[in-house]
Amino acid sequence: MAAFTLEFIVGHVNYWLFTVLMMTGLYIVVAKGNLVKKIVGLNVFQTSVFMLYISMGKVTGGTAPIFPTDMQIDPDTVYSNPLPHVLILTAIVVGVATTSLGLALIVRIQEQFGTIEEDELLEIEKAMAAEDTRLHGEAMGGLA
Amino acid sequence: MRHHLILRVVTKLLVGAIILFALYVQFHGDFSPGGGFQAGVIMAVAFIIYGVVFSLRQAQRVFPPWLVHKLLALGVLIYAFTGLVSMALGYEYLNYGAFTPHHPEHGQHWGILIVELGVGVTVTGVMVAIYYAFAARPPTISDKDW
Amino acid sequence: MLVMTALAIVRTRRLFATAMLSGVFSLLSAQLFVVLDAVDVAFTEAAVGAGISTVLMLGTLALTGRVEKRSTHSPFLPLLVVGMTGAVLIYGTLDMPNFGAADAPAQTHVSPDYLERSPHEIGVPNVVTAVLASYRGFDTLGETAVVFTAGIGVLFLISALRRRRETGDSGNDRKGA
Repeated sequence: MAAFTLEFIVGHVNYWLFTVLMMTGLYIVVAKGNLVKKIVGLNVFQTSVFMLYISMGKVTGGTAPIFPTDMQIDPDTVYSNPLPHVLILTAIVVGVATTSLGLALIVRIQEQFGTIEEDELLEIEKAMAAEDTRLHGEAMGGLA
Repeated sequence: MRHHLILRVVTKLLVGAIILFALYVQFHGDFSPGGGFQAGVIMAVAFIIYGVVFSLRQAQRVFPPWLVHKLLALGVLIYAFTGLVSMALGYEYLNYGAFTPHHPEHGQHWGILIVELGVGVTVTGVMVAIYYAFAARPPTISDKDW
Repeated sequence: MLVMTALAIVRTRRLFATAMLSGVFSLLSAQLFVVLDAVDVAFTEAAVGAGISTVLMLGTLALTGRVEKRSTHSPFLPLLVVGMTGAVLIYGTLDMPNFGAADAPAQTHVSPDYLERSPHEIGVPNVVTAVLASYRGFDTLGETAVVFTAGIGVLFLISALRRRRETGDSGNDRKGA
């Protein structure tokens, strides 16, 4: 393992910050009961993953990967890596589409059960399961 | 939002500018930052802001839901058919050099423009459709509770 | 700033504030993307994160409710899980190249190829667009299809089902409510 020199720490502190953000998102997803809040947590998580990718594509002294319009490219110019940009660009739009799918599910859950708190939903689920078992038992004539 | 006069006037001014900006981003995406994804989102924002400030009904009169649903599918079809055309011309799927065989750079340029248009159309359609779907439901919170 | 916003999202129980803070979070991250040379990404993040998803969040809140219930669980187990995951991830970053290093594996594989070839093969100044639409056209076709599918999913979930219920097919799926 590399020694913890100052250069090493400065070169890695960005990854650590993104990890902290990511874990904040994960904490929201795990610890909060409200479904909307969970979606926000997922968004925070997702954005920090994006930042991690983009920061990997950065080259020191580089500039945005867009050539001059006349295509006379100065060979000394350093460009940052365009590949992570492409991946993340599409990922953001797909991310918002899937987020809206999640929100739509939440709206349906609210309409069906009248709550979007996880605890209450679990209670309702349990009651429904018990009811199902009872009905099943009755239908089998007490044999099941 | 009937009573917010300033908001309504400013929105009227802005919607045109936003749509223009979306078209710029769409068709200038190969020279400057931008492209189909961003343009689609910005275009959708124009309709969404119109719907929020005026009313959903008015927004739907400008951009009716059936049209949105057609656009949704149209964009993906534009993209996929571009690939099929280049295949029919004897090249690989989505190899835009096929359009101008003697000068593949131009073909690439055209291909990118068409494909980005497909992306933009789909993204606009999806975002506006999602907004319509959410806004058409009766809210459980009244305006005053905010 | 980003970390502070994220922590504020954790703390607040008013969901309206949460939605707004997530918009703020998106804008801040867009600024970070500009600093990291990813102008296209920053553009998208600002338009999508601060614009559309905030509107969608607010739309959802209008349909559900705007106050979160106080959680009854103790936060220690989640904190433990999160702390362990974070520790493992940070341990994983120790082997990564320094930030901005030009000789990192990510910089030396296919990307220089794209940067070198795209001027005379594609002739489009914005390399991000060239890679997006031409070299990786299949990817983008797939992404477009995913966006399309998600849109169809939302339409089925909250526009079409309502029509079915209006025609009297409420059935027994409400018995738990």
